[in-house]
Amino acid sequence: MSHFLDRLNFFKKVKSHFSNGHGAVTNEDRQWEDAYRNRWRFDKVVRSTHGVNCTGSCSWNIHVKNGLVAFEMQATDYPRTRPDMPNHEPRGCPRGASFSWYLYSPLRVKHPLIRERLVEMYRAERESGKDPVEAWAAIQEDAAKRQRYTAVRGLGGFVRVDWEEVTEIIAAANVYTIKKHGPDRIAGFSPIPAMSMISYAAGSRYLSLIGGACLSFYDWYCDLPPASPQTWGEQTDVPEAADWYNSTYLIVAGANLPMTRTPDAHFYSEVRYKGAKVVVVSPDYAENVKFADLWMPAKQGTDAALFLAMGHVALKEFYIEKQDPYFEEYARAYTDLPLLVMLDESPDGAVPGRFVRASDFDQSLHESNNPEWKTVVIDENSNEVIVPNGSIGFRWGEEGHWNLQPKKLGGQESKPRLSLIFDKDDVAEVIFPDFQSGHDQPMKRRVPVKKLQLNGKEVQVATVFDLQMAQYGIDRGLGGECAKGYDDAAIPNTPAWAEKITGVKQADIIRTGREFADNASKTMGKSMVILGAGINHWYHNDMNYRAIMNLLHMCGCVGQSGGGWSHYVGQEKLRPQAGWAPVAFALDWQKPPRHMNGTSFFYFHTDQWRYETVDAEALLASSASDTYKGYNLADYNVVSQRLGWLPSAPHFNKNPIEIVKEAEAAGATDEKGVADYLVAKLKSGDIAFAAEDIDAPENHPRNLFVWRANLIGASAKGHEYFLKHLLGAQNGVMQDVLPDAQGKEIKWHKEAPIAKLDLLVDINFRLNSTGAYSDIVLPTATWYEKNDLNTTDMHPFIHPLTQAVDPGWESKSDWQIFKTIAKRFSELAEKHLGSQKDLVALPILHDTPVELAQPLGVQDWKKGECEPVPGKTLPVLKVVKRDFADTYKKFTALGPLLKEQGNNIKGIDWNTEKEYEHLKEICYTIQEEGISQGMPSLEDDINVCETILALAPETNGEVAVKSWKALSQKTGIDHTHLALPREDDKITFRDIKAQPRKIITAPTWSGIESEKVSYNAGYTNIHERIPFRTLTGRAQFYQDHQWMRDFGEGFCTYRPAVDMKSTEEMKRKLDGKPHLRLNWITPHGKWGIHSTYHDNLRMLTLSRGGPHIWVSENDANSIGLEDNDWVEVLNINGAAMVRVIVSQRVPDGMALMYHAQEKNVNAPGSETTGKRGGIHNSVTRVTVKPTHMIGGYAQLSYGFNYYGTVGSQRDEYVLVHKIDNPGWLEKPLTAEREHALNPEGVPQAAYSIEQD
Amino acid sequence: MNIENTLFGVYPYVALTTFLLGSLIRFDREQYTWKADSSQLFEKEQLRKGSILFHIGILALFFGHFAGLVTPHTVFLGLGISDMAHQIIAISLGAVFGLLCMMGGVILWRRRMFNPRVRANSRFMDIFILDWILVTLAVGLITIVFSIMHVIDGDASTMVALADWVQSILTLNPDYHLLDNVGFIYKLHLFLGMSVFFLFPFSRLVHVWSAPLGYMFRPYQLVRTKFVKSR
Repeated sequence: MSHFLDRLNFFKKVKSHFSNGHGAVTNEDRQWEDAYRNRWRFDKVVRSTHGVNCTGSCSWNIHVKNGLVAFEMQATDYPRTRPDMPNHEPRGCPRGASFSWYLYSPLRVKHPLIRERLVEMYRAERESGKDPVEAWAAIQEDAAKRQRYTAVRGLGGFVRVDWEEVTEIIAAANVYTIKKHGPDRIAGFSPIPAMSMISYAAGSRYLSLIGGACLSFYDWYCDLPPASPQTWGEQTDVPEAADWYNSTYLIVAGANLPMTRTPDAHFYSEVRYKGAKVVVVSPDYAENVKFADLWMPAKQGTDAALFLAMGHVALKEFYIEKQDPYFEEYARAYTDLPLLVMLDESPDGAVPGRFVRASDFDQSLHESNNPEWKTVVIDENSNEVIVPNGSIGFRWGEEGHWNLQPKKLGGQESKPRLSLIFDKDDVAEVIFPDFQSGHDQPMKRRVPVKKLQLNGKEVQVATVFDLQMAQYGIDRGLGGECAKGYDDAAIPNTPAWAEKITGVKQADIIRTGREFADNASKTMGKSMVILGAGINHWYHNDMNYRAIMNLLHMCGCVGQSGGGWSHYVGQEKLRPQAGWAPVAFALDWQKPPRHMNGTSFFYFHTDQWRYETVDAEALLASSASDTYKGYNLADYNVVSQRLGWLPSAPHFNKNPIEIVKEAEAAGATDEKGVADYLVAKLKSGDIAFAAEDIDAPENHPRNLFVWRANLIGASAKGHEYFLKHLLGAQNGVMQDVLPDAQGKEIKWHKEAPIAKLDLLVDINFRLNSTGAYSDIVLPTATWYEKNDLNTTDMHPFIHPLTQAVDPGWESKSDWQIFKTIAKRFSELAEKHLGSQKDLVALPILHDTPVELAQPLGVQDWKKGECEPVPGKTLPVLKVVKRDFADTYKKFTALGPLLKEQGNNIKGIDWNTEKEYEHLKEICYTIQEEGISQGMPSLEDDINVCETILALAPETNGEVAVKSWKALSQKTGIDHTHLALPREDDKITFRDIKAQPRKIITAPTWSGIESEKVSYNAGYTNIHERIPFRTLTGRAQFYQDHQWMRDFGEGFCTYRPAVDMKSTEEMKRKLDGKPHLRLNWITPHGKWGIHSTYHDNLRMLTLSRGGPHIWVSENDANSIGLEDNDWVEVLNINGAAMVRVIVSQRVPDGMALMYHAQEKNVNAPGSETTGKRGGIHNSVTRVTVKPTHMIGGYAQLSYGFNYYGTVGSQRDEYVLVHKIDNPGWLEKPLTAEREHALNPEGVPQAAYSIEQD
Repeated sequence: MNIENTLFGVYPYVALTTFLLGSLIRFDREQYTWKADSSQLFEKEQLRKGSILFHIGILALFFGHFAGLVTPHTVFLGLGISDMAHQIIAISLGAVFGLLCMMGGVILWRRRMFNPRVRANSRFMDIFILDWILVTLAVGLITIVFSIMHVIDGDASTMVALADWVQSILTLNPDYHLLDNVGFIYKLHLFLGMSVFFLFPFSRLVHVWSAPLGYMFRPYQLVRTKFVKSR
């Protein structure tokens, strides 16, 4: 009643005593306790999750009170697992539990924001009578006006603006760019669709409709392991976390499970109770080491050496000393080990050449379809060369033979011969490269060979198995150089050799290699390696990965439940991908969309290529052909683009719309005519690829959208180069461009351009570094304010993001934002653009028939080695008609192509007419007149969710059966039994709101959803005998592409980290001041998921509360550092200010900075650069690897996020020195300060900043 | 109505009513504001010195004033304490504790004004009430000089008049004429002191009501019975 009156019980406060007066019973007023109860009371509970790049996909209950999100709790109502298998839940981690803080935090973007200087100029132009597009043009075409706002990017100066005006400006910029420069000068960056598919699709659908380029992310993040497409033709497919529990021997390398797979880590501890052995490879004493039976503290970046040595043990003991029948059977059926390889002549001896093809024989061994793409083996029974099923030649142009069934020969099953050692014609001395420092001489090994008549010549051939044995240094009794024993440290790939490199004791290597193989032999492959970023973020990451894959394949582990390759980095699995792709890339209206590989895009457009220090020639094997002598890394990328391997954006030095117009003016009437016109122009040099003069203004990207991402503050390797060249902002690049970076293929501009972008738009709920450097920031709905879908590969369930509360302040969901932009764009486009024909230069794509483009060698049309033929030796050239004024109508309706052409994924097609009609019923149809009338509506976010769920085989059983039927036709094996039991299942958005739902087995993926086995990658390749999507149809130990061989990576070999040469210059600058030189390691952290969470109050309180690095105690002592001291981290790329954590956990020689601690919290100014803070990427620079640019060659063909250059960053070194009094740069912006874009001592760029 | 009547006939009741009713209302309506608002988290060393000195001083002053002013004149005489003796005791204890309180108060004031963390977390009222108390205290200390002169003159009438006035207020017989011959400095002190009561419920001073004296005597464990009568 009244607090006061309730207290008027002074005399009867204590009713009785107990325990000799130590306790008392009272009935005093305790209303105050209600405050604590009310804290946890709520009005409603809504299921949602966190659309963050952690691959967690955890189901959370969001508790809403008074229209506000009060708190979130882990949902614990997952469907149960089968008996004897731990349940998945509870899933979640402290980071996710702190998310609700963001909704109402000071970091929340509440209103549309724009750079004040920009909007003032725009308004002035508008008031002078110009229409929006003219107004934008007036600003862009006046250099002084343009630099007024570009030069202050990152320096604050935002004002609120309404949606009406801000979308008008964005639309005007897009229209202007398309008209003036071309649609391929508009780009968009957003990562990991699986974390919020509808949001991703919103931007990508808009961009695809207007012709903008979507940039890839998985490769840019360096989370893509190129070794996976190389080996399996598969982007990445991995076991679900529950399958760890089925393993009996686990090696964990480079993946800190309890820290970065927090909700899954329980399987890691539970499997130990079941008796599995756990070996952890980690240079530092990481959290996952605490689970280990054995810790192998390998020096960072040397994992390839470690696993090669274990492979050496497994090969020797299980293939030579005894012949393990399971291993041999597996190797014969599912790997390329029995396939024949030609040996090429070289001055030093024979070198492994390409795979022998059916076409090399007389009459092509009776193969009429694609004989150049069919590999061969020797049959052990008949002793004849035969063409086994399954190679990629069987995939296209014929049906029923693309499978891994043994071939029947005269009623008997063929048996591919693994080794020629008992049937050899000769022994050849074969050369293998050895890149380990100090070994300039290639290795010479003896290999048994057969002599065959190929193409009319006698050629020596060997099996991959024999070559691989030789390369591992195993003694086959053939003499010559090979390992005398495990302790022969002089021979690469022995345990003793690995001990020298990794620091791990050879006894541990031998024992682990032996146990791993022995376990696999006894359990039919239940040995597993869990691996991740720690070993993937290196320049030569494919060597680390292939060394592991080799071990797994020789032990028959891949595709076996409880075994195989478990790569977990940013690989979030977009489960309903087949249903999502048409919506996301507007394939329902027009094909193809424009895609660009992110790493090459940023490498070029941030001009990091101009600062390249890695010498391409030093990467080549001694046996390399000298085709590309004198080329630098960027030159290789140019070659790759013009051969149709990697994509390009912009494509050419001319607006692609103009190219079509010119072609038509010159008489072209159809797509082929346009292509012919362009080919002629390319040949004559009148039109060139944009990359050949990448710094010319006409080849700059102009508009960039960033949504669901933090490009500038998290993933921008070479952060300071982004600021300098792409944005023209204050930057910390400590060097001028390198004049000797001039190569052969790119026109060199003396002055590197700055501020290439006209407009950077950030769409986010949080004002992070990307927002701070943008021109426009749009407020988006948080994960509790929108309807969306979320999946992962860590478990088989599909989750919703659900609107628990209305979007806060003026925010809208991403789908509604892009819808609004599309509307404004359509209005403006009506006058300025109308309908146009756009030319899309598409790379030769994997999983399409054109992947059979360049079978026997590399030919460059520009060098006159062949003719430029689109889709063969050039990109595929496609003309796309764009009705720009109908962009909104197309955006909001599911287009007719789905009905007319059906859907497809990974090279299999099926009809979708039924689903299309079904969607009309559940999503309603568009009533408005126009091209979209009568089509299913995509206006509402939930409609989009339902559309994806209805179209995807994973969520619609009928579609699953249809797609399996389609694949069955190709393989000649009936696979429909995998989906038939769930044919009638249809998972809808309301279903997954009620409870997480397990998806349906689909041919999109290589594992199955079953109540008997857990999801495991490669399962259907082994158990359904569906070929791997590689040249050979098998898992490949050997990569026979010319560039692979030239760069010495035909077989996996250990390659030391590359020297980035980025600290010498700075050492002089420090002038004798005590400092450390440390390897720069940026692992995923504990108190954030990339840049998300690290800046929220709760995580700041739990962590150091600002940017920090870890260094070892010895290193710290050596220069007098104490825990929590401020230090500056620097090299020629830039600098960052951080506090130091001194810890025994970290080995000497390494600085460890958790990924993506931004400069938005507690970041002082750097002494050296004079600029604010710096982030973990301020001291990195991206560099690219030519072997990742290969294309037009079976599995080595481009796919978006599937293949391409990767943004590695761990080969970098930094200097660390102590700062006594950090400066906070709390001073106003003066003209002088505004002028000084570059650090002191670096020549200022060509901006001439006017006085404000 | 004249100014004297307003200040010393009416204002005392305004102040006391605000003090009591204000405290009650705040206690009932604004439980979350009922606190001492300690700033110990921001600064510890100065607080320890200042707060202890200040609290010893102010508590002694409060009880000294209370005993000296409210005890009826006849009781003192009955106890054999002459007016002059009373006055000397009041002067000496007042001076000692007044100075202690002032030392503590100055430490607290400096800390509140110049420690950036404490200052940043101070509301207007936190600074205002401390200023007000210190001014009241300073004026009170100045009155000692005049009281000493009264002792030298052998005149206790001012003290007696002040006590009689206080008692007239508390017995609801307000007579501001009792203060006719009292010096200005005393009247100023009276006004300032009454205002402390007026300001009390609007400030952190409410913590006085809830001094946790019970902790010194209560049993270690307090429990409720399972069934409480419904509210």
